[in-house]
Amino acid sequence: MIENHLPILQILVPLIAAPLCLLLRNRVAVTALAIAATWVTFAISVALMATVLQQGPISYELGGWAPPWGIEYRVDILSGFVLVLVSGIGALVATWSPTSISVELPRYERHYLFYCAYLLCLTGLLGIIITGDMFNVFVFLEISALSSYVLISMGQDRRALTAAYSYLIMGTLGATFILIGIGLLYIMTGTLNMADLAVRLQGVIDTRTVIVAFAFLIVGVSLKMALFPLHLWLPNAYAYAPSAVTAFLAATATKVSVYLLLRFFFTVFGYGFAFDRMQLWIFLMPLALIGIVTASLVAVFQNNIKRMLAYSSVAQIGYMVLGISFASVSGLTGGIVHLFNHGLMKCALFLAMGCIVYRCGSVHIDEMRGLGRTMPWTMAAFVAGGLSLIGVPMTVGFISKWYLVKAALEQGLWPVAVLILFSSLLAAVYIWRVVEVAYFEEPSAVEGEGSIREAPLSLLIPMWVLVVAIFYFGVTTKFTAGIAQQAAESLLGVAP
Amino acid sequence: MNPSTAIYTAVALPLVGAALVVALRRWPNLREAASLITGGALFAVVLSLLPHVQSGARPEAQVVEVMSGLWLAFKVEPLGMLFALVASGLWIVTTTYSIGYMRGHQEKDQTRFYACFAIAISAAMGVAMAANLLTLFTFYEILTLSTYPLVTHHRTEAAKRAGRVYLGILLGTSVAFLLLAIIWTYTLAGTLDFRPGGILAGNADDWVIVVLLALFAFGTGKAALMPFHRWLPAAMVAPTPVSALLHAVAVVKAGVFSVMKIVVYIFGIELLHDTGLSIWLMYVAAFTIIAASLVALTKDNLKARLAYSTISQLSYIVLGAAMATSAGVLGGSMHIAMHAFGKITLFFCAGAIYVAAHKTNISDMRGIGRTMPITMTAFFIGSLSIIGLPPMGGAWSKWFLALGALEAGQRVLVGVLLISSLLNVAYLMPIVARAFFMSPPGAQDNPASPGAGDVIAATDESSVIKEAPLFCLLALGTTAVGCLVLFFYADQLYQLLTPIVMP
Amino acid sequence: MMETIGLYNYWVVVVLMMTGFYIVVARDNLIKKVIGLSIFQTSVFLLFISVGKVEGGTAPIIAEGFEVYSNPLPGVLILTAIVVGVATTAVALGLVVRINEEYGTIEETEIHRQDAEA
Repeated sequence: MIENHLPILQILVPLIAAPLCLLLRNRVAVTALAIAATWVTFAISVALMATVLQQGPISYELGGWAPPWGIEYRVDILSGFVLVLVSGIGALVATWSPTSISVELPRYERHYLFYCAYLLCLTGLLGIIITGDMFNVFVFLEISALSSYVLISMGQDRRALTAAYSYLIMGTLGATFILIGIGLLYIMTGTLNMADLAVRLQGVIDTRTVIVAFAFLIVGVSLKMALFPLHLWLPNAYAYAPSAVTAFLAATATKVSVYLLLRFFFTVFGYGFAFDRMQLWIFLMPLALIGIVTASLVAVFQNNIKRMLAYSSVAQIGYMVLGISFASVSGLTGGIVHLFNHGLMKCALFLAMGCIVYRCGSVHIDEMRGLGRTMPWTMAAFVAGGLSLIGVPMTVGFISKWYLVKAALEQGLWPVAVLILFSSLLAAVYIWRVVEVAYFEEPSAVEGEGSIREAPLSLLIPMWVLVVAIFYFGVTTKFTAGIAQQAAESLLGVAP
Repeated sequence: MNPSTAIYTAVALPLVGAALVVALRRWPNLREAASLITGGALFAVVLSLLPHVQSGARPEAQVVEVMSGLWLAFKVEPLGMLFALVASGLWIVTTTYSIGYMRGHQEKDQTRFYACFAIAISAAMGVAMAANLLTLFTFYEILTLSTYPLVTHHRTEAAKRAGRVYLGILLGTSVAFLLLAIIWTYTLAGTLDFRPGGILAGNADDWVIVVLLALFAFGTGKAALMPFHRWLPAAMVAPTPVSALLHAVAVVKAGVFSVMKIVVYIFGIELLHDTGLSIWLMYVAAFTIIAASLVALTKDNLKARLAYSTISQLSYIVLGAAMATSAGVLGGSMHIAMHAFGKITLFFCAGAIYVAAHKTNISDMRGIGRTMPITMTAFFIGSLSIIGLPPMGGAWSKWFLALGALEAGQRVLVGVLLISSLLNVAYLMPIVARAFFMSPPGAQDNPASPGAGDVIAATDESSVIKEAPLFCLLALGTTAVGCLVLFFYADQLYQLLTPIVMP
Repeated sequence: MMETIGLYNYWVVVVLMMTGFYIVVARDNLIKKVIGLSIFQTSVFLLFISVGKVEGGTAPIIAEGFEVYSNPLPGVLILTAIVVGVATTAVALGLVVRINEEYGTIEETEIHRQDAEA
């Protein structure tokens, strides 16, 4: 019986847990509730994915109202895949966070607010993925956005506040553009249901209104997913937020926006209109390439390692968008699998930075001297994530690069292939900077309480789960690239 | 042991050894014993595969499907068998040598050294037995990464900078050229398997073949084709056992082995021979051979001279591959073994001289043959093998390479081989001559001058034998004898390798 | 000509949207930016609501004698969007209050100057 309602439970569990945190106040109870809620959410998403793999897409009517008048929740291969990623990261970071925020958020009596916002953000992200209604997307988008502004502003550095404010302004502009796009599409077709819209849109697709709606949607989604040059909010937001928040957002928020890109342009508009008529790839491909190269270059010169990783994220988003802009099975597979792989990699890297903040209090590169010796497990996790960013075989990063280069070569775009590989070398430069400082320099003398020790197990274990995943999914890709390929084929309407 | 199990064991055993080394770090003798026993066991396992390969079987093992249609898989064929035997056999010798060197020199961080060594050997086994380009690339990169801590062992500023050059060139070439070539090959041929006769015939235009060949040749940075050779002299900052590993046991051999394997099993000898599309590569290799030898002549630091000698010798193998004739390919493949034994002897001697007499520059090595006779005799034997004179193994590989050049119709290259042999004499023999025929510094003072008594005493001292540690001598003696033995066993090598050119 | 004037609702939307956008971009004062954002969002609300009106339609409550009704859906959607807008403004103002506590100012150039000095 409960299996029938899994789609709504996917949203309800974190949604109800959030105000419960507000009511409970007690730090231990709130932490336990949050961790339990996120793991239950993860279990639900795994169950949904398994059902979709066996039986095909699931359609759920909210309140029993049939679409297109009622709101429909739809889980197909792509949404199931992203659901598993987001809820998995949500659960892991929630488990990791209590120890970290005991140091980064000094006012213990306020921790219930942190978990409330965290659960709301998770609700919003999951809602975006699972819903089949356009306006519902906007609502959940704003839910996740508002709670992420709050989460970011909790950072210790006062620049977290201005970073959150900038993100608020830019994010709201983006969401409003998306709303305009949705509105214009509604005006032309009279429906908000994505599947229905896809059918009805074909009749009016060449009108100016629809083309303008298309434009607004692209710009809005690009703002949200930090595609160059609309990425300016990201580096500061990731650098100054609390470590748990950065780890969670870096692995999920932008990925969900990439998912939105796929939904809007492949499912609603149809890739024929988006790529053949509107030539979307002329817009996406150059921006993605410029983003990849410039963001990687800027990352090399950063001394704040969190900021360096943030710029690295902008570059990685570029890879995903590049894969999508090929609009071929290989390209989309590369983009979608990189969505998953990057989530794993970046979360592991930011969790490692969180461990370093926990012990050293800073993420400046000078503070990382000798950490290879004093915090071996943390640095080993950082190196593993770094190797994955570079794209060393047996890590997930290699799989993504493989598909992207293959897609580029299949279309004869060998300069793009060369650029993709060249940027891997840039990643090697900025990762190796950190490796050299950590392993070749002597640990800096710490006055006072004693030397730096390894991070506690409660921080190491969730991080190492991700590291193991980085290697596991780098060696057997049936569940990542295999599913991504099925999703790509279904988006392109290619019979499997 | 059935062949598939042997393959898995060969790759996994050194990793187990590495774990044992780390576990036994507090008991140095036990730790070293673990390395030696693992090495011996590995050689035995690899040797057990030899009869299968000699009889024409190709033992296989498939590990895991990485992406749809692309497996991490192993398949042992004669070339890989040769490389695996060389690497596993020389691991034992190098470990013996390391025990003497690292202790004699009181090096720090020995556990990390032995552990990384073991991991590098495991990667080398993976490269040797790879069944397709994906597996080869995977273990090739693991080899690069696992040897980085070895190259930067001393952790000084110089080591750090050398590490940057090492990693920069090797990672750079492998990602920018080799990976591109591999994925391109996959899109052309639909597979990455190594197959006799190659997979590209009929799947690619001529210009594509040329570009691919260039990408593969330069992408295999470990083969040190100019201009991507700088990492090898840079890596000399490492302790000598690491240099021995790099130059003889694993790293460069993995590079040229990969080039040879790709030429034979991806392009196919016939394709290249009939179209003549690899002639340009012969000349690039020839240029490297001569240029590197010339640079070697200018180097006073012994290890630097040997490094450039290696760059030159590696291009012999690339030359053999590029010739795309039976004799050329066979000669090049045999040279993998011949050069390994010759060069490792020379490096062992260089390290022994450093440990025993603290000398690194050739100009300081006058008369050292008297204080270190065993070492310098071994050096002489190794030099003969590199130069290519009988009765050393190197003579055979040079012979076949010359034959291959004639078969390919490139008589200029025979000249190149001759000139390079002369250059080898020019940069190796003076070292031997200086060691044996010149007097040590201080012994040339006029005996009639006042205070001559002290000088004579000094002369006496300098003729006392002060050899390298015992373990070092055992190692270099073994490899020197190996050079000699290979001369007589060359026929066995030839029989093993023939199926490559005549499937 | 008449048609252009007849589309006056869209003109209002455009004018408000650009006004709001301009304020967000051009004004330094953080609260003014929030106001600009609010105006920008309001223009979108007007876009939705104004297209809900059907010519000759009455209020969307079923009653005898009427056959043409205005579309209720846009109004409902906008109610949601207004709530979202209010929440956004609230969070933004909360952030501005905190920024004022930390920096002592709410002028953007002054904040950047303080950050650059630090």
